[in-house]
Amino acid sequence: MTFDIQQSYREMNKGDVLLAYKGSINSDLITNVLDVVESKLEEAKSVSAVKKKVYSVLVESLQNLYHHIEDLPADMREKYEKRFGILVVSKIDSVYRISTGNFVSSEKVNQLKQKIDEINSLSREELKDMYKYVLNHRKISDKGGGGLGLIDIAKKTGNKLEYNFKSYNKDFYFFNLNIYISELN
Amino acid sequence: MEPIVMEGSHKTPSVRFDADKGIIEIKGRSIPENSIEFYKPMIEWLEEYSRNPAKRTVVNFQLEYFNTSSSKCILDLFKKLETIHKQNKNVNVNWYYEEDDEDMLEAGEDYESIIRIPFTMIELEE
Repeated sequence: MTFDIQQSYREMNKGDVLLAYKGSINSDLITNVLDVVESKLEEAKSVSAVKKKVYSVLVESLQNLYHHIEDLPADMREKYEKRFGILVVSKIDSVYRISTGNFVSSEKVNQLKQKIDEINSLSREELKDMYKYVLNHRKISDKGGGGLGLIDIAKKTGNKLEYNFKSYNKDFYFFNLNIYISELN
Repeated sequence: MEPIVMEGSHKTPSVRFDADKGIIEIKGRSIPENSIEFYKPMIEWLEEYSRNPAKRTVVNFQLEYFNTSSSKCILDLFKKLETIHKQNKNVNVNWYYEEDDEDMLEAGEDYESIIRIPFTMIELEE
């Protein structure tokens, strides 16, 4: 088997790690992670506008995980908890990185890819317009997402969303998303 | 009408909706996973309030953080307030943001461009 979860986790742990977690993504976990990262950011030297961006982008990426996480591939269910996801918040030189990982079913890969590619192709003004359009015209899905999370992240960070999909088996891919928040915008 | 008064928490803002005084106030963080559930009673309250609103309604939003699912619910609140404004009643929104928080200012401007109610942007000094 080519895909190795431990290997991916190690790769995601780059730079000065503020927080690294792998396990179940639930509401209490989100609260705890936000508390920990908030207090670490308080100690950090970055200007407060950057810290605020890191925090609010973290909120959005955690809730993206929370709303979109799927069941694990069958052969992993014994080893890992339900609603399994990975989150690493780190700082590499002067750039904060929020890295998330979760399994997605193969049939959803293309749709997700297209969505991120579209967001990455837009200018800041176009992202603003897209955000406003989706805010005003689309209902919140039954999963609880508003379809705004990734648009909001791209708009706030001003950076492209970096991603990769690693094939796990014919039904599942491991989706890794890296979000960068630059020190000086 | 019974007012809504709620304390803030880690993930939810403090809320004060007072029909007698015509004050609608939301302050703090709004980052719950289930925003719809959290905002439902407020939307229903405004629905009722809009049938017999105060002559003047002052709306104060002072948010530190809000997630995108809250942003939709907040838009729904504003849409209810817009119906009051359309009855030729006075509705004013004060949108507070911290001085270095351009994202929060921009969020207020986004609402202002969608909703036909007068907004005042108020910068808070740190």
